[in-house]
Amino acid sequence: MSVAIRINGAALVADPSGALFWPERATLIVADLHFEKGSSYAPSGRLLPPYDTTETLVRLAAIVARLAPARIVCLGDSLHDGDAVARISADDRARLAALMDRRDWIWIEGNHDPEPHGLGGRVLAEWVEGPLLFRHAARIAAQTSRNRKAPTVAAGEISGHYHPRAGVNWRGRTVTGRCFVHDGTRLVLPAFGAFTGGLDVADPAIRNLFPRGFRIDLIGRERLHRFDSRVLFGAREG
Amino acid sequence: MNAPLKTALPASFRRWFAARGWRPFPHQLAMIDVDRAGRSALLIAPTGAGKTLAGFLPSLIALAGNAPNKTADEPGRNPAKRGTGLHTLYISPLKALAVDIHRNLEIPIAEMNLAIECETRTGDTPAHKRRRQRRKPPQILMTTPESLALLLSYADTPTIFGRLERVVVDELHALANTKRGDLLALGLARLQSLSPDLRRVGLSATVADERHLLAFLSPTGRAPDLHIVDHSAGHAPVDIVRGAAGPAADVAILATSEYLPWSGHMATHALPEVYQAVKRADTTIVFVNTRAQAEIVFQALWRLNDDNLPIALHHGSLAPEQRRKVEAAMARGILRAVVATSSLDLGIDWGAVDLVIQIGAPKGASRLVQRIGRANHRHDEPSRALLVPANRFEVLECRAALEAVKAGELDGDPPKPGGLDVLAQHITGMACEAPFTADTLYEEVTRAAPYAELPRATFDAVLDFVATGGYALRRYEQWHRLAQDEDGRWKIAGPGFARRYRMNVGTIVQQPMIRVKLKRGRVLGEIEEYFVQGLVPGDSFVFAGELLRYVGMRELHAEVTRGGSNEDPKVPAYEGGKLPLTTMLAARVRGLLAEPGRWRTLPPAVQEWLEIQRLRSELPEPGGLLVETFPRGRKEFLVAYCFEGRNAHQTLGMLLTRRMERAGLHPLGFVATDYIIAVWSLKPVRDVAALFAPDMLGDDLEAWMDESSMLRRSFRNVAVIAGLIERRHPGEQKTGKQVTFSSDLIYDVLRRHDPQHILLQATRTDAAGGLTDIKRLGDMLTRVEGRIRHRRLRRLSPLAVPALLEIGKESVYGAALDELMDEAATTLIAEAMAEFTDDDPVPELPL
Repeated sequence: MSVAIRINGAALVADPSGALFWPERATLIVADLHFEKGSSYAPSGRLLPPYDTTETLVRLAAIVARLAPARIVCLGDSLHDGDAVARISADDRARLAALMDRRDWIWIEGNHDPEPHGLGGRVLAEWVEGPLLFRHAARIAAQTSRNRKAPTVAAGEISGHYHPRAGVNWRGRTVTGRCFVHDGTRLVLPAFGAFTGGLDVADPAIRNLFPRGFRIDLIGRERLHRFDSRVLFGAREG
Repeated sequence: MNAPLKTALPASFRRWFAARGWRPFPHQLAMIDVDRAGRSALLIAPTGAGKTLAGFLPSLIALAGNAPNKTADEPGRNPAKRGTGLHTLYISPLKALAVDIHRNLEIPIAEMNLAIECETRTGDTPAHKRRRQRRKPPQILMTTPESLALLLSYADTPTIFGRLERVVVDELHALANTKRGDLLALGLARLQSLSPDLRRVGLSATVADERHLLAFLSPTGRAPDLHIVDHSAGHAPVDIVRGAAGPAADVAILATSEYLPWSGHMATHALPEVYQAVKRADTTIVFVNTRAQAEIVFQALWRLNDDNLPIALHHGSLAPEQRRKVEAAMARGILRAVVATSSLDLGIDWGAVDLVIQIGAPKGASRLVQRIGRANHRHDEPSRALLVPANRFEVLECRAALEAVKAGELDGDPPKPGGLDVLAQHITGMACEAPFTADTLYEEVTRAAPYAELPRATFDAVLDFVATGGYALRRYEQWHRLAQDEDGRWKIAGPGFARRYRMNVGTIVQQPMIRVKLKRGRVLGEIEEYFVQGLVPGDSFVFAGELLRYVGMRELHAEVTRGGSNEDPKVPAYEGGKLPLTTMLAARVRGLLAEPGRWRTLPPAVQEWLEIQRLRSELPEPGGLLVETFPRGRKEFLVAYCFEGRNAHQTLGMLLTRRMERAGLHPLGFVATDYIIAVWSLKPVRDVAALFAPDMLGDDLEAWMDESSMLRRSFRNVAVIAGLIERRHPGEQKTGKQVTFSSDLIYDVLRRHDPQHILLQATRTDAAGGLTDIKRLGDMLTRVEGRIRHRRLRRLSPLAVPALLEIGKESVYGAALDELMDEAATTLIAEAMAEFTDDDPVPELPL
């Protein structure tokens, strides 16, 4: 069960899978795939299950089948490290190729994958479409004291990077999960990769992006659950 | 066992005993005989019977005979000159116990002027000393299972242990049948290969299953035939030596003059009486079942403490320095009472303790016996103990436990096969020590009792996991942890892997913990991370016996100030803190309920309660199952008196609600206690027999098990022990190189893509064996089939009251999480709409 979100005027849909859909432009957005994160630990003797890329692609394929987007935007850190492409298995490459086939595919550069990687598609630092701007990491709002008339950097910004998670305390039990974070002006997506951990939205790194407070759509088992930051942190903190 | 004193004890030892005014116990002499015959021994004796000395006497005698007595002017500080090598290894479940036993053993060594070098080796031993110990081991080394595993991973192992004569395992009953016991059993099998004539000695309290401990001590890993009862029989390699039983313990149940509560576990009603008992005794240990109880009881006792008695607190989350201070104060006899959890179940003997108080039901007879034994470690006087039930059901349980103790009946956990995760760790350690062939290591491993029945294919799968990760679909061709030489022998593929192994050795896996630190002050201890996550700055909570205010996370610790608000402070709860009622005790509670003739011993309030139950409904029969249904409010309740323990009931609750959902009864929730399960729904249950049909275990169980948090927790433990993910060392800085994402993610991915992976097999075995509750549940459903008594009542019965009072305190599981979150969202969102509106901001250019 997905929920509607408006960002800078654009009508978006948050999907319980952690992907964001923009029906008007048939565009699907995912963040922080971190392909081959599992295998990246192998040289130090940590032989983690090498199936995370498969899992991430299978999940992505399911959403693509459901929503049939014409364009897919990956918001950076799609590859966990510089050698990741070489470690992707032939099966997973085929899975990816099938998804990319006849679609406009945009790889936004991230801090884990700043360079072109030869997987096809377009590789861009940022991408602007209509009222939205897609980049890897949200920028802290510019100090507007110097130029009050300049638009804020945040307007329409859709980004990933922070892997937001939240915990909700209810009846003595804390329920945690990945979440979308947004305030009508900008939105941060949860990480989509199978082996991606998270950062609590209470962390200043995320809170400072939303000086006026924010809402989250917390990913439950089948549904999204909306909370206001004021509820999450309690009224006493304002 | 009646060997004449003269033949067993050398003259110097006889003189020493006489000088102390002691006579050797017969079992102490028997231990010498068994050792001389070259056999291993299981010594079963109560506390205070010189058990530890009995374990060491054969070593002291042998070593005294080997080395000439040192003269007064040659103090014997030159171990190099002796060079007899390591003779006896002593293994203790607790570091502190090893240190304490070392101190005690130095007394006879000094007083008899023996030239015996005796040292401890634990995680606290400085590195230079540990290196020296490997180069020139002392004759007696006292250590823990983990330190032994580490020692065995070095290449010089054969020179250290090649001449080892004896291993003494203390508190064997506490180690066997645990993962630490598995690790130790593998270590013992290794030691036996290095020194084939090794004799093993196990020191144990009375246990229900002696065969299991015999197997543990046997060099073949298998129990000898049962007919050996004492050392005189046959060729069995392990003899049982029994100490004489001490006088029967003097155990009473507090006959409170206060109103006996219906529910709750804190027994606050009885604490004034507990305080009076503490005042009358010299030194008391007040045992509780959980750390949360410890904090609350400690606080409450201090509020009553008008006499300013020195009362301390001891539990596993307190800072180690804090715990050591309490232990030292206890040893010096300056405390009047200490409130403690199982952190004091084992360990150092404090002769001064003359009273043990157990607050809340003891949950098991063996555990109660262990705790009672902590009072008065003098052999000839009875231990005194007082049981303080916290509610009416606990009165029944205390009475049942007391009767079990009097009858000498103990709980027996069936032995479970050794953990495959522990085996993986051991194999890694062996590969660090020296190259091995799979055949020889397999042979050795199956000589450890927990692995005696290990199939070769399973061993090979574990070996493959250690070497390659053991993945079916994709393999780490170039990153193997073990390399095979041309003779097919396995060895560790790089020194980095050995370092990682040594950093992560051991089988105790903690929940992620966070240090609690006073603002500009000291560290108070550690609490579980998830508890801190639920705190908001300004919240008050009780920890380390103090009321604290949470300031916030500061770097990696939780910062607090003293003196929070006294209104409803939170108390950290800990996973695994609650042990379920044992099967044996449950059966006794059932038996007590069914026999009104025996109720006379119960307090009048409890008798009356049971009488009314008999009038309004009926009493649960021992062999059947009583199920009551009744309307209450606008809901329909079902209460089943199963007595199978909280964990089994929780599983049952999940299965029942799924079934009721399918039957269209609209179940709304359930609550599980140690005694009953209560489910409420919109529509009443009519066909109770069908609802409880045993096939319910087939339906949903597997699907639910895989999803359950129980399996996720098991997987995390298995993954850490097996070396798949890192142990997080307390307070350690997270670095980019560490695997910081949750083991749940790994579990989900592995489950989907490699469901037969060996670690998933290990996880399922663990969950099924560790929580034997599934089996308990299955046994019960089969047992009561056709014997279910359904009583349709107009209102709730007296026996159901305590459970219904628990509603709302229980957590919600599985599929209900979405509902819970939704409820939270809709309720909370209404409170907080404030000025933040849904209106679109004016669109701006995205630049």
